[in-house]
Amino acid sequence: MDIVHYLNLAIKAIFVENILLAFFLGNCSYIACSKKIDTAIGLGTAVVFVMVICTPACWAVKNFFLAKGALHWVSPVFNNTDLSFLIFISFIAVIAAMTQIVEMLVEKFSPALHSSLGIFLPLIAVNCAILGAALFLDQRNYNFLESIVFGLGGGIGWALAIVAMAAIRKKLAYSNIPAPLRGLGITMLISGLMSMGFMCFAGIRL
Amino acid sequence: MSEALLSTKNKKIIKDGVWDTNPITFQILGICSALAVTTQLKAAIVMSLGLTFVTAGSNVVISLIRNFIPPQIRIIVQLTVVSALVISIDQLLRAYMFDVSKQLSVFVGLIITNCIVMGRLEAFAMGNPPWKSFLDGLANGAGYSAILILIGIVREIFGSGTLLGHHVIPASFYAAGYVNNGMMVLAPGAFFLLGTIVWIQRSISGYKES
Repeated sequence: MDIVHYLNLAIKAIFVENILLAFFLGNCSYIACSKKIDTAIGLGTAVVFVMVICTPACWAVKNFFLAKGALHWVSPVFNNTDLSFLIFISFIAVIAAMTQIVEMLVEKFSPALHSSLGIFLPLIAVNCAILGAALFLDQRNYNFLESIVFGLGGGIGWALAIVAMAAIRKKLAYSNIPAPLRGLGITMLISGLMSMGFMCFAGIRL
Repeated sequence: MSEALLSTKNKKIIKDGVWDTNPITFQILGICSALAVTTQLKAAIVMSLGLTFVTAGSNVVISLIRNFIPPQIRIIVQLTVVSALVISIDQLLRAYMFDVSKQLSVFVGLIITNCIVMGRLEAFAMGNPPWKSFLDGLANGAGYSAILILIGIVREIFGSGTLLGHHVIPASFYAAGYVNNGMMVLAPGAFFLLGTIVWIQRSISGYKES
């Protein structure tokens, strides 16, 4: 239970294996919503929020229902039941339900935050960064605490990348880019440069 | 009423999906997997087939039941149909192509949240009959596949000097000092390559972003 292990995991999730720049997850909303800094910050916060809640929730679903022998607590009859082929459909259901719940909670307790996040909360259900993080969690067999740290780190990493991109694109508005390269093209090229920058973090450990 | 299977209108659907409104370069959908699975051509091809199958299949299913889906819960219905198709693909891959399945790792599952699938369901299948929706799904899948395979070819040749696992760059090149471009197999190479392809495609098709 040493703290260094979790710090390392967080650093890895935020910088070294940035979910957007190294695994390309959540690219669609990254490109669509990085035109304005305000929007980028709103969406980034929402992703961090949902990811911290969803990854442990998916962990629980996997370890109490789907993994081989996980239904043991219901009855010993299920000791050999392996439902892991249902992982995709149950994870996406958990994520969709969680985003819905988060949206309702935020609306009830913090109307100001709700109006600033607006349309982004429901859209997060189909953001592949969330499902991606949940599937990585399944693949790498994280424990419960690790899954929270990984969710938090992944969310922060994603938010960091989109806010940085929004800031760069704001500057780009004043530069003379060839017309066919505007928008998606130049955003991709800059993401490549950012991704190279983030690669410098490789190998950092505490 | 009845229309030829490949009428002018239907041909336009195909042309739109493949070229004019190409899902990746024009609609900006499905970029995640286009970048992630293209280090090897084989993985790119398998992924393209998978996505085309899921898009076309889910388009047909949703189009058949489009009049019975209550609008409030349509996203959940769509996700369920898509997940069912993706699970079947994943199980098939695990049974018959385990190495490719390992290489694609989480990205098979991520077809569920691939924006192309959801985008086509929302934009097309919810308002069009099954055959048209099938063509639309097929065409968008083909447009996606074309870009994916192109990126796959370039990244595999320049990144590892192979094509579908066979060495294509002669040993004499390496003897003369040629080295594989390591950047191609890493994340930045994918971004640069896709950026360039978008640039070229848009220069030819004449599409401009405001």
